[in-house]
Amino acid sequence: MSFSLRTFARLALLPVISASLFAADVASIKVGEIASLTGKEAAFGQSSHKGTLLAVEELNAAGGVLGRPIDLVTEDNQSKAGESATAARKLISRDRVTALLGEVASSRSLEIAPIAQSSKIPMISPASTNPKVTAIGNYVFRVCFIDPYQGTVMAKFAKSELHLKKVAVLTSVSSAYSVGLAKYFKERFTADGGDIAIEQKYSEGDKDFRSQLTAIKAAGVEGVFVPGYYSEAALIAKQARELGLTVPLFGGDGWEAPQLLEIGGAAMEGNYYSTHYSPEDNAPAVQGFVKRFKARFGGETPDAMAALGYDSAVFLADGIKRAGVTDPAAVRDALAATKDFAGVTGHTEIDANRNATKAAVIVTIKDGRFKFFQSVAP
Amino acid sequence: MTEFIQQLLNALSLGAIYALIALGYTMVYGVLRFINFAHSDVFMVGAVTGCFLGKYLPAGTWWGGLSCLLGAMIVCALLGMLIERLAYRPLRASPRLNVLITAIGVSLLLEYTFQNEHVFGAAPRAFPQIFPEVVWQVRGLTLSSNQLLVIGVALVLMVALQFIVFRTRIGTAMRAVSLNPRAAQLVGINRDVVVAFTFALGSALAGAGGILYALNYQSVEPLMGVMPGLKAFVAAVLGGIGNIPGAALGGLLIGTIETFVGGSQLSTYKDAIAFALLILILVFRPAGLLGRRTIEKV
Repeated sequence: MSFSLRTFARLALLPVISASLFAADVASIKVGEIASLTGKEAAFGQSSHKGTLLAVEELNAAGGVLGRPIDLVTEDNQSKAGESATAARKLISRDRVTALLGEVASSRSLEIAPIAQSSKIPMISPASTNPKVTAIGNYVFRVCFIDPYQGTVMAKFAKSELHLKKVAVLTSVSSAYSVGLAKYFKERFTADGGDIAIEQKYSEGDKDFRSQLTAIKAAGVEGVFVPGYYSEAALIAKQARELGLTVPLFGGDGWEAPQLLEIGGAAMEGNYYSTHYSPEDNAPAVQGFVKRFKARFGGETPDAMAALGYDSAVFLADGIKRAGVTDPAAVRDALAATKDFAGVTGHTEIDANRNATKAAVIVTIKDGRFKFFQSVAP
Repeated sequence: MTEFIQQLLNALSLGAIYALIALGYTMVYGVLRFINFAHSDVFMVGAVTGCFLGKYLPAGTWWGGLSCLLGAMIVCALLGMLIERLAYRPLRASPRLNVLITAIGVSLLLEYTFQNEHVFGAAPRAFPQIFPEVVWQVRGLTLSSNQLLVIGVALVLMVALQFIVFRTRIGTAMRAVSLNPRAAQLVGINRDVVVAFTFALGSALAGAGGILYALNYQSVEPLMGVMPGLKAFVAAVLGGIGNIPGAALGGLLIGTIETFVGGSQLSTYKDAIAFALLILILVFRPAGLLGRRTIEKV
């Protein structure tokens, strides 16, 4: 008994000793993650974190990357402005991470990106769709599509699928994501001959949208584009229906959270949003991921943020493997050279601006559930 | 025209809630001459209590809704008295600034306690539809029972408050303490009882405001009191701090300005414009709309 224990202890220590003797860095590969685990957009952070965690656990169970386990260091930014920058500085200077994963919200990714860029640490955002994020510099990547594409998809969808000619746009001015998405939607919709009858604005954290919605209703539109996050979108839908504004509402991937249905309830019926993936997709990669995720997190169905969180970690691991070392500059070069990466959210090409090119999915809400509506190729 | 009346209705329901919260600020100021910054968090506790009670009461019934409202008012009244007893009474002899800082401390304590996952959590939660919900369409106008309920309940509570303050013994005592605390004590009024009662009354109104706000906007979170609390405080100052009808008027005014600016193309400036107008009013009427300028006697 004592013999086996001691041997075990020695064996377990061996890689640590050899690593500290023969390599400059420690045995594990440290990867920082910044997520909104609590606060207003907690649903995003919780989902993406679970996806990332599952990917890291699977990679470690399969022997790690370059034979070394990944050590995920997670920081919560409480969905607050400013906290992500603090977390990024801490992860880079104190934990000396090889790379950073995060954030979902574009405004918060924009806080992390300049710090990652100046410290020359690769950063991969799972779900920030605002184009400005990767424009910060050549160390910033993302595994999702960008808003010019998403805005175009929704404008085309509103025009040709919903046959809308006159719509309103209700934008959150304090979110980079919402402003960007609204801009690209408007450009495409008017270029296609549509009419933006009225544009109304709100700020993150607002709860009363009745005055904006009353003005929208008076403009007599056929649909309302709401490019915001789920916490406000759900309230907007509720108050719109209460005011007798019954036209379809549609938005982007910021709607994707169970709270949208929980708070929005019946008011969400018949609304649409574009996103990155649907758990109803029959592709084997998707179904395998859904099965493993459910087994790991007590039967919870993974949403798009979970799938992107998963993909961001696998994408990083793929880059480190191809780089052969954990040197941040080498990892960056390998990531930039990624071609045809097979993720859960589809085949991903990394373009010259370090953005992912991939298909979008349109989801509708029917009978109180998210339903796959159609897939739109890039 | 329809749009105007609809906006007016939106304005009234928002203003009524601000007025309910503003009453608490003004009453406490009346008897103690300080601003109870924890008041906006008592408002939040009211909504949270409603969220919790809603799970155990049948949804969509009148008696369920009213008992939920009453429950939240009782919980908030007790909380208000507890805060006064533990945080403010020990400091009554110290400078007013100390009490003010303590109030901010109590406010943060409540906010962060409720953000804890084991208490409530930071994520917004859906508020149950505790009252029956009906929507009427009248000539293009949409009347929702929730909005009418908010206006109705707020009105009833304000009339009740007016009755308590001007027609009951304890109300007379409150006014006496507000006018001159020392003289009130000399004629046999127990100041502690009056102060505790004032806190209970103001907090109960904040609790009712919390329920009505949550009913109107359908989501509850620990920081939900911050902005309405700030605006209600401003409403109290605008109406003339310490003046009860003034607080109600101030609340309605702020709600109206905010709603009409919100419906125009300047929607993102709605708070800025509401506050700018406020500064203007205070320039011309420093004591507030209904406030009396008091002269300090030496």
